[in-house]
Amino acid sequence: MYSYLLPEFMIERLENRCIRCRVCERQCANKVHEYDGELDKLFSTEENCVGCQRCVVLCPTNALYVRPRVSDYRPNSSWTRDKMQNLKKQAETGGVILTGSGNDKPYRIYWDHLVLNASQVTNPSIDPLREPMELKTFLGRKPDTLKINFDEGEVKIESELHPNVPINTPIVFSAMSYGAISYQAYKSLAIAAKEFGTLFNTGEGGLPVHMRKEFGNNTIVQCASGRFGVDPEYLNSARIIEIKIGQGAKPGIGGHLPGEKVSDDIAQTRMIPRGTDALSPAPQHDIYSIEDLSMLIYALKEATNYEKPVSVKIAAVHNVAAIASGIVRAGADIVAIDGLRGGTGAAPLATRDNVGIPLELALAAVDKRLRQEGIRHKCSILAAGGIRCSADVIKAIALGADAVYVGTAALVAMGCTLCHKCYTGKCNWGICTQDPYLTKRLNPEISSKKLINLLKGWSHEIQEMLGGMGINAIESLRGNREHLRGVGLEEWELNVLGVKGAGE
Amino acid sequence: MLVQKYFQSERFVPDKDMDACGLFGVMNISGKRFGGEMAINAIKNMKVRGSGLGGGFAIYGLYPDYKDYYALHIMYQNKNLNAKRRVEAFLKEHFYMVYDEEIPTNPDITLFSPPIVWRYFVAPQKKNEELAVPDDEYVVSRVMYLNTNVDDAYVFSSGKDVGVFKGVGFPEEIADYFMLDRLYQGYIWTVHSRFPTNTPGWWGGAHPFNILDWTVVHNGEISSYGTNRRFLEMHNYYCTLFTDTEVLAYAVDLLMRRQGLPIEVVSKIFAPPMWDAIEHMKESDQKLYTTLRMTYAPLLMNGPFTVIIAHHDEMIGLTDRIRLRPITAGAKEDFVFLSSEEAAIRAVCPDLELAWTPPGGEPVVVRLNSKDHLLSVNKSI
Repeated sequence: MYSYLLPEFMIERLENRCIRCRVCERQCANKVHEYDGELDKLFSTEENCVGCQRCVVLCPTNALYVRPRVSDYRPNSSWTRDKMQNLKKQAETGGVILTGSGNDKPYRIYWDHLVLNASQVTNPSIDPLREPMELKTFLGRKPDTLKINFDEGEVKIESELHPNVPINTPIVFSAMSYGAISYQAYKSLAIAAKEFGTLFNTGEGGLPVHMRKEFGNNTIVQCASGRFGVDPEYLNSARIIEIKIGQGAKPGIGGHLPGEKVSDDIAQTRMIPRGTDALSPAPQHDIYSIEDLSMLIYALKEATNYEKPVSVKIAAVHNVAAIASGIVRAGADIVAIDGLRGGTGAAPLATRDNVGIPLELALAAVDKRLRQEGIRHKCSILAAGGIRCSADVIKAIALGADAVYVGTAALVAMGCTLCHKCYTGKCNWGICTQDPYLTKRLNPEISSKKLINLLKGWSHEIQEMLGGMGINAIESLRGNREHLRGVGLEEWELNVLGVKGAGE
Repeated sequence: MLVQKYFQSERFVPDKDMDACGLFGVMNISGKRFGGEMAINAIKNMKVRGSGLGGGFAIYGLYPDYKDYYALHIMYQNKNLNAKRRVEAFLKEHFYMVYDEEIPTNPDITLFSPPIVWRYFVAPQKKNEELAVPDDEYVVSRVMYLNTNVDDAYVFSSGKDVGVFKGVGFPEEIADYFMLDRLYQGYIWTVHSRFPTNTPGWWGGAHPFNILDWTVVHNGEISSYGTNRRFLEMHNYYCTLFTDTEVLAYAVDLLMRRQGLPIEVVSKIFAPPMWDAIEHMKESDQKLYTTLRMTYAPLLMNGPFTVIIAHHDEMIGLTDRIRLRPITAGAKEDFVFLSSEEAAIRAVCPDLELAWTPPGGEPVVVRLNSKDHLLSVNKSI
């Protein structure tokens, strides 16, 4: 334990409400609460508290309050409390400060500065409860033109088509590996994706063999720098294959699953010995250039008989537009862009908070570049990193995305409270841990329903907003910046987004 | 790309026009040419659908004496003679000109700021590497050049044996101004009366919109405009007028002329059946419609529209897939009518034999020497 650190949270226990049921004690993996039998009293070790609020919501008498602790060092805009605390931690260990989840720094959230259009008079808005309102989306490469043959009144398509994957709503669960998250959480995502007709992404952790038949059709499998769990059967069981180059939460670096988390099942799925660290290198060591990427793309296509679209996921970085264009030319059918606010199970704090650019700007730049080069139809764009609600989804589509990846939102739907301690393996919600005592708190049957409700709720909201704009198919909003206006943005930001200011 | 060329950011691309309109089209399916009386009277009957801020006519079979030459109708705004000189120098360089004249107008009719309108009959003058370029492509790119590069000059129409007459005013005033009823005959007439909501009248902004021998008159506001425009830019169509109609015209040109798709397929791209309906089709149709929607998703015309598209030998009427704007068809002997309102057809053809209302997304295809238009009768509502 670190010395001389201020506790981040304070715990208030209303003694007159506490019935000594000791739920808080049992629920907390961080060992914050402790019962003293002699005194018949519960005590708290506030230093251990991560503020996940599990004890608060499970306390049957509402006796607990967990709040950010107000006491602080002398106010200083430059040397803030977290900067100083981190320094103190490093002074004791000489290590890298770790964190989990997504960037929490106050970078501008462009979604909150974009507003949507609605129809008034000159065209009618459409009521999604009375009229069809279509969200079906196809992920994959589209042909330049269609050659159509007319044979005795029968219309036949002559062109050879690239594989495309239909999804019922433009929302896909983003890459969260079995290992990073619990089997229960992983399976919940799979069930929900299957039930709703969309996709989930295995991350780099492989796809357990017993899940392949049932969920393969709703799976995006990843082939990342550690190549964990990759074999021909794995690739062929999936609907889409994704090459992971980078991740928004930690562009430019690899991953690390500590050996303690590598249980029998995880070891088998990842094809590594039990208890060994699963280290993913920063680059893919067979990809040092764009032509190498092209070779891997076609190797994967060969391995799957050209039946599956290949996606390439990159972190949004400074020259993302040019990189994306290269990726499409290298043969990728889907480009996934993960922005500055994308989540992670574990990342160095310095990287998470300082590397990469916001998704909104990256997305607008990529869409524009691909159109300028006349290759926008050759790929689908998946936007990831900080999609919090249906309005973010619809704005992302208007900025040019085909669909979005949601990770953090799905975790929150399952119980996550964004305590940012995913890397500790002590997730009290049973999501980001492999401790069976904790993971059994998550019942895939129940949590998959929550995920389905999330997809359902968001889809309804998207339909309402689409209908309001007088549009009844999501494809007619794609890249349609005419339906967006900026509020409170600088001129250069509007220029990059390609969006007019409100009232313009 | 338009953005690259003219604007620092897409943000500066002007807003598109919004308008509601009246449409009318009449065709003689045996190809017999007739005067403008029916078209003019029909659109007069729908006066309330326009606001006097734009009207125009497209006539097919217009110049039988020059039918092998591209007939360019070019307007010079503000009577800018400098623009005219620039255009003519450009034409001399790229075309052989067989005849040109000012389009005659009636001096007794006063209209809002009329431009000079000139017509040129030309044939492409290709050099070296351009020899391989098909004539139509050659003409389109030159027209695009003039529209985007010469201020105050704008090409009304550029097809063979077809011409567009349009301007600011009620369509009957435009007809009087150009003396259409006295001077011209054709076998297809389409008319447009405009009710813009956000732009002052501009002669170039009136409809019909034309590219080569394709003309489009359109009523509605396409909510997918931004998506459509961006897709067309990828295929080198630069929207300079920022109207829905322009988008439709370019989409028609891309799909029908360049990609050779028939209107029956194109109409299913503009106004595709719902996924629910596709699911219940037979397997081969399922595959066809799914592929069409997937490939041409950016050309789905979303939002309310009715359109009358014409080119040589064909006149087509189509409404959006949930039929948010009206269209009625009518027929008598060799005449087939398309109109925003049935009353307008009956006003000019009281003894109509047949009148029907096609459903959303179902085209009425009127073809020379065929009865194809009747195919939509049994699907009518």
